[in-house]
Parts: sequence; structure tokens; C-alpha cells
Amino acid sequence: MTPVVQLKVVPPASKYDFEDQLRRNGIELTPLSIDTLQVNITKLCNQVCRHCHVDAGPQRREMLSPEGIARCLEILERHPPIATLDITGGAPELHPGFDMFVENAVRLQKHVRVRHNLTVQLDGHPQTRESKEYLPKFFAKNRVEVISSLPYYQEYFTDAQRGAGVFHKSMEAMRRLNREGYGVEGSGLLLNLVYNPVGPYLPAAQAGLEADYKRELKEKFGLVFNGLFTITNMPINRFKLHLDKSGQYEAYMEKLLAAFNPAAAAGVMCRSLISVGHDGRLYDCDFNQMLDMDAADAKGRRLSIFDFDFERAMGRPIRFGEHCLGCTAGAGSSCGGATA
Amino acid sequence: MSNYYESEDLKKFGDIGQHAKSLADDFFKYYGNVTGTDGALSKREKALIALAVSHAQKCPYCIDAYTTQCLETGANPEQMMEAVHVAAVMQAGITLVHSVQMQNHLKKMVL
Repeated sequence: MTPVVQLKVVPPASKYDFEDQLRRNGIELTPLSIDTLQVNITKLCNQVCRHCHVDAGPQRREMLSPEGIARCLEILERHPPIATLDITGGAPELHPGFDMFVENAVRLQKHVRVRHNLTVQLDGHPQTRESKEYLPKFFAKNRVEVISSLPYYQEYFTDAQRGAGVFHKSMEAMRRLNREGYGVEGSGLLLNLVYNPVGPYLPAAQAGLEADYKRELKEKFGLVFNGLFTITNMPINRFKLHLDKSGQYEAYMEKLLAAFNPAAAAGVMCRSLISVGHDGRLYDCDFNQMLDMDAADAKGRRLSIFDFDFERAMGRPIRFGEHCLGCTAGAGSSCGGATA
Repeated sequence: MSNYYESEDLKKFGDIGQHAKSLADDFFKYYGNVTGTDGALSKREKALIALAVSHAQKCPYCIDAYTTQCLETGANPEQMMEAVHVAAVMQAGITLVHSVQMQNHLKKMVL
């Protein structure tokens, strides 16, 4: 009888090896702090953006449980160094516990950021039709920082990426935020916009683009905002599917690899935040979360909000994949924009 | 190879250094200094000029490269299309201004 030989399956080495880039540049990326708890509370969204790394949309049902929200608030309360709560989705405002989550975090004197897609104000809840027109007043009352995607200051690129009619709805939603004082100098109410390319190319320089946005939105629509964050499209999920279908994946990855910037690598966001999934599992960032790359402590034990331990989380080795090249290309990319 | 222009060949631009490396090095240094930096003109303005020249010279490699470069410097489609119109109108003007030569000669030829 022929003996069965167990073959160890060795995955082929990626041509786009992020860790090799780090080694070659003598860079070691370890956690520096956890100053931000970024919570993805739902994959439900009123929009279906073509580049969305979450694959969010009106049919998604994933929601962080009430126990999960309570646990996040407890973590925030127990750990003063975690000064910022960053709530994302989907459209996080569609989660039934969203308002309570914001109000309680504000009560804990945390800085609260909401990744607000603007159009949800006008579209409302895609399943229940519940209105969300109260949001500008709610945000202002709680003095949360609003961060909103607007891929360009014109309709063509914006609607190409985020769907027909999104640009004009976004202008109306910004008008309502401005009316509450958002983006208005001296109000202290922060409205920051996010630019990301509408295809497989790198963002333009953040400062120049911010000046263009400010000039064009003011002149054409009478709108104001505080800052512009440029973010690179991550080659995962829906955007990767587009790259694969259009035969542009290799060219995009080669572009990211060629643009590797050690200075941008030093400032990657996974060194200072931790990302929470809808089921309470912890990740190094929202992208790792969407790829099911769970964060684990130094002993390989998965991390979760349900047995959260600050020191264990700080001791975790950050997990990398080829998508990380998106955060280190050119001027770098993070949830707060360019990093170099 | 079945065609004279292959989009994959754009990646081989660096290969022009074969057989004449120092000249290619000089060229790429000059090229990078001119197009790759903000100077009296911004990188975006330079990309729009290069896009117009790419059309005037009918170079498919350059059209692809500078369409991307325009996007990566924050240009919008209206600016890009206007740049192509500048190239087109210059070419039309250059053709038409030569009609002065034709008219000069016509006058000589007509009693």
C-alpha cells in the first residue's frame, strides 16, 4: 500500500509583499498607542458605492448588538487614553442604537467622530423609510466631528463613484450642516471632507486639492468645510472586484508598490487605533476587519471587546497584507488623510 | 507582436537606456525635473500641457500616462478636455496661417 504523504500547502508568495518592503526599509511597525476606538456598527447603508471596502448597501443586516455598544462605552470609560470614538459603517446613523451611543460617549467627554455619508440625511432609512433629517441638529447638539466622503467637487466623478444624484444630495446635506454652524469659522463644529480617487490612481496632494474644493464649493454652492482628507482606494472587496474585472489589478498593485513611502509607513493608523467589528471582534483597522484578519495578542489569542485588555491589545503584532501598500503609497493614506 | 503600439510597452520606457545608458540617465533626470515637481508651473499645469502635446503628437502611450497624471494632480475632465482643444486649435491655426503663403503665391500667379 502506498503511504499517504501529507503535503504542506505553501501559499505562493505575493509579488506585492508589504512586510518585505518594511524589512528592506528597516521599518518595524508596532502599536504606539490606542487613542481611537473605531467602531463599525453596521454594514447597512443607503448607498452602494462602487469602491466600498465594506461592501455596504441597503440589503446588509449586520449590526453591533446593544451589549456590544454597552461594552464599547465601558471600554471608553475605563481607558482615558482612548480619547476618541470614531463611528463608521455602512451608514452608522442607520443603527438603532446610534444616537444613544453618541450621547453616552459625549457624556464620557470623548471626542466623537461620525463617518457621515451626507445623503442619509435626505434618503432616510432604506428599509423602514424612517427620516434622518434631524441629524444636522443632533450632530451640532452633541458637537461631534462630522467626516463626509465627497470624491470630488463636481458631479461627474462623485456620481460615477457613489451613484446617480449623490452629488446634488450631498450639496444639500452640506448646506444643512453649514446652517447648524458646521464648517463655519469660529463655530468649533468640524466638518471634514474625504476625497478618494474614482479609479485606480493615487490621490493628488492633499493641500492643493483642499484649496480647490474650498474655492469651488464656496463659489458654486456657497458651502464651507474645515479640512480635506485624501484617502487611497484599498485593493479589497468591491474595488478589487472592479480592478479584477477591468484587468487593472496588477497595474494598480505595481503602482502602489512603486510609490511605497517609508515616511508614510511610519504614520499608518493601525499604530494608534483599534477597530471593532459588528460582532465585537477587534482588528488593526477597518480594512483588516473586512478581510477577516482578526487581531490577536502576542500569544495568538483573538482580541474582542468582550474580554478587552488594554495591555494585551498594545502587545499585539499588527497583521499585514498586500492591501497595506495602499496606506503607504505616495503621501500615505489613513482615516485622517495623508500621513507624510 | 501583432501591433506597432502595445499598451504593455509603456512599462518598457525605462529600457531606452539599453545601449545608451548615460544618455537615457540624462534624459530621465531632465524629464523628472521638468514634469515631476512644482516649479513656476504646478505639476497639474505641466500635466495638462503634456496631455495637450500628447494629442498633438498623437502618442497613445503619452495620452494614457498623462490622463492618469492629470487625475493624480487633481485636474478635472473639463480642464483635460480644454487642454486637448488647445492642441486642436493650435494645429488648426497652424494649418490655416499657412494659407497666407498660399494667398501670397496666388497673387503672384494671377494677372
